[in-house]
Amino acid sequence: MITVKDLYKKYGNHPVLNGLNIEFPKGKVISLIGGNGAGKSTLLSVISKIIDHDSGHILLSHEDIANISSKDYATKLSFLRQSNFTHIRLTIRELVSFGRFPYNRGKKMSTQDEEKVEEAIAFMELEDIADSFLDELSGGQRQRAYLAMILAQDTENILLDEPLNNLDMKYSVQIMKTLRDFAHQQGKTVILIVHDINIAAQYSDYIAALKDGVVQHFGTTDEIIKPCVLKDIFEIDFEVILNRGCKFCLYYD
Amino acid sequence: MLKKRILILTGFTISVILVYLLTFVGNNPDYVLPRRITKIAAMALIACSIGYSSVVFQTITNNRILTPSIMGFEAVFILFQAFIVFLYGDKTFQVIEQQTNFLFSVLLMFGFALILYLALFRKRQVHVYFLLLVGLILGAIFKSMTSFLELVIDPNEFAFVQRYLFASFNNINTNLLGISAIALFISLVLGTRILHKLDVLLLGKEQAITLGINYRRLVQISLFLIAIQVSISTALVGPITFLGILIANLSYEFIPSHKHRHTILGASLFGVILVVGGQFLVEHLFNMNTTISILINFVGGIYFIFLLLKSRRL
Repeated sequence: MITVKDLYKKYGNHPVLNGLNIEFPKGKVISLIGGNGAGKSTLLSVISKIIDHDSGHILLSHEDIANISSKDYATKLSFLRQSNFTHIRLTIRELVSFGRFPYNRGKKMSTQDEEKVEEAIAFMELEDIADSFLDELSGGQRQRAYLAMILAQDTENILLDEPLNNLDMKYSVQIMKTLRDFAHQQGKTVILIVHDINIAAQYSDYIAALKDGVVQHFGTTDEIIKPCVLKDIFEIDFEVILNRGCKFCLYYD
Repeated sequence: MLKKRILILTGFTISVILVYLLTFVGNNPDYVLPRRITKIAAMALIACSIGYSSVVFQTITNNRILTPSIMGFEAVFILFQAFIVFLYGDKTFQVIEQQTNFLFSVLLMFGFALILYLALFRKRQVHVYFLLLVGLILGAIFKSMTSFLELVIDPNEFAFVQRYLFASFNNINTNLLGISAIALFISLVLGTRILHKLDVLLLGKEQAITLGINYRRLVQISLFLIAIQVSISTALVGPITFLGILIANLSYEFIPSHKHRHTILGASLFGVILVVGGQFLVEHLFNMNTTISILINFVGGIYFIFLLLKSRRL
C-alpha cells in the first residue's frame, strides 16, 4: 500500500504538485488520468524517488520511503518511464537482465534470476528476437522489451508511465490483461498513467483523476466513468455508453 | 568474440612494450633496461588512469566526446606553472624543487575539483552538466590569466612555461613516481568496486535509480576518483587527458561489450599502446624533436576524421 500525504513539488516557481493526498490500495490496478501538466508523471517520479519533493510524505506499507535505501527500494517498487533510451548497444536479453540487478547487484545471475528473465521474455513474446539489438527494433518491440525488464524486476509495486506507448491494440490489450492478472492473482499493486480513457475504464479497479497538482476525484472505475466527472477533469463533453456490461466513453465532437 | 578481441589487444600491447624495451638498447643494457622498465611502469599506470577516468567520466556525463579536462584541471595546472615562473623568473628551478611543484600542483587541481563538487552537491538535485559548465567557464578564465602572464614574462622564461603545455614522458621524476604510483593504484583498485553500478547508469540516470542505484553517491565517488587520477597524472607528465577521448572511443568501437570492466580494460590497453608506441617513435624516429602530445593528437585527429566519414556513409 502506498500512501501519499500533502505532497508539494515546484519546478522553479511553477507548482506541479499542490498538496496531493492519495492512498493507493494494495493488489489493485489504479489508473491515473488527467490533462497534460496535471502532475501525473511528476507524482510517479516522486514516488519512485527519481526526483525529490519539496514537502510531504510518501509511505510504503507505513514506512516513509525516505528511510528505505535505494537498494531495498528497487526490490519493492519498479517504474517504467514514458520514454526510454540508451546509446549503448544492448540485446533484449541483456536489457531484461538489468531487471535482476536489484537482486544480484551485478554479480553472476543465479538460476532464479535467469528463470525470471526468460519468463519475462516469453511473456512479452520476445523469444525470437531476444538476441537482437534494441536499436534494430520497432518502437513497439522496444517498449515490450522495457516492459519485460520491469516484469523481471518482479516487485510488489509496479509504476508505469504510459506503458501502451507505441503498442498496437493486440499488445495493449495483452499488457493490460497481464497487469490485471498481476494485481488480482499475485497481489501486486499496479499504478499506471493512461491517456486512452476507454482502456482505463476497461481494465482498472480504481481511477484517480488529477488536475492542477491535486487528486480531484478518486474512486472505483464506476464512480469515475461518469459524464459529469469526466467533464470536470477534461473540460470537454463526454457521453458514456453501456454495452454488454462495459462502459465506453465517447468524446469526439 | 569478446575474449578474442581482448586477447588480441593484450597481445599487441605486450609486443609494443617489448619492442620499446628491447630495441635500441646499445652497449649499456644494465643502465638502460631498468630505466626503461620504470618508465614503462609509469606510462602504463598513467594510461590506465586516463582510461578509467575518461570512460567513467563519459558514463556519468552520458556523453562520448568529453574528457575530465573540460572541468579545467589542466587550466589550473598551467596557470600555476605560469604563475611561479612569473614570480621567480629564471630562478624558478632553484627556488622551487620539482617535488614541491608536484605537491602544489596536485593539491591545487584536487582542491579546485573538490570546491566545484561541494558547490554542486550542496543542492539536493544533482546536475552534472551544471558542474561541467562552471568548470568550463572557470577553465576559460584560468586560460586567459595564463595568456596574460605569458605575455608579461620574459620570452626566455616563457620557454619554461611552454615545457608544461605538452605532456612528456621523457623526464619523469623517479622520486615522485613511487608515491604517485601508490595513489593511482589505490584509486584504480577502489574504482573497480563501482564498475557494476556504472553499467546500470548506462541505461540513464532515471532507470538506474529505479534499479536501486544511489545516483548521488555513485556520481560523488566517481568524480572523486577521477579528480585523484587526473590531478596526479597531470602533475606528473603534463596535460594528458586529451588521450582519453581517443582511447575511450577506440575501446567502444573495438570491444563488443557495454560492461565497464571490459571497456575500461580496452581503453587502458589502447592507452598503453599509444603512449608506449608514441614514446618509442619520439625517442627513436624523431630523436626527441617532437612531443608525444603532438603525435597522439595527429593519430587521434585522423581517427576522428575517419569516424566522421564512416558515420556519414552509414
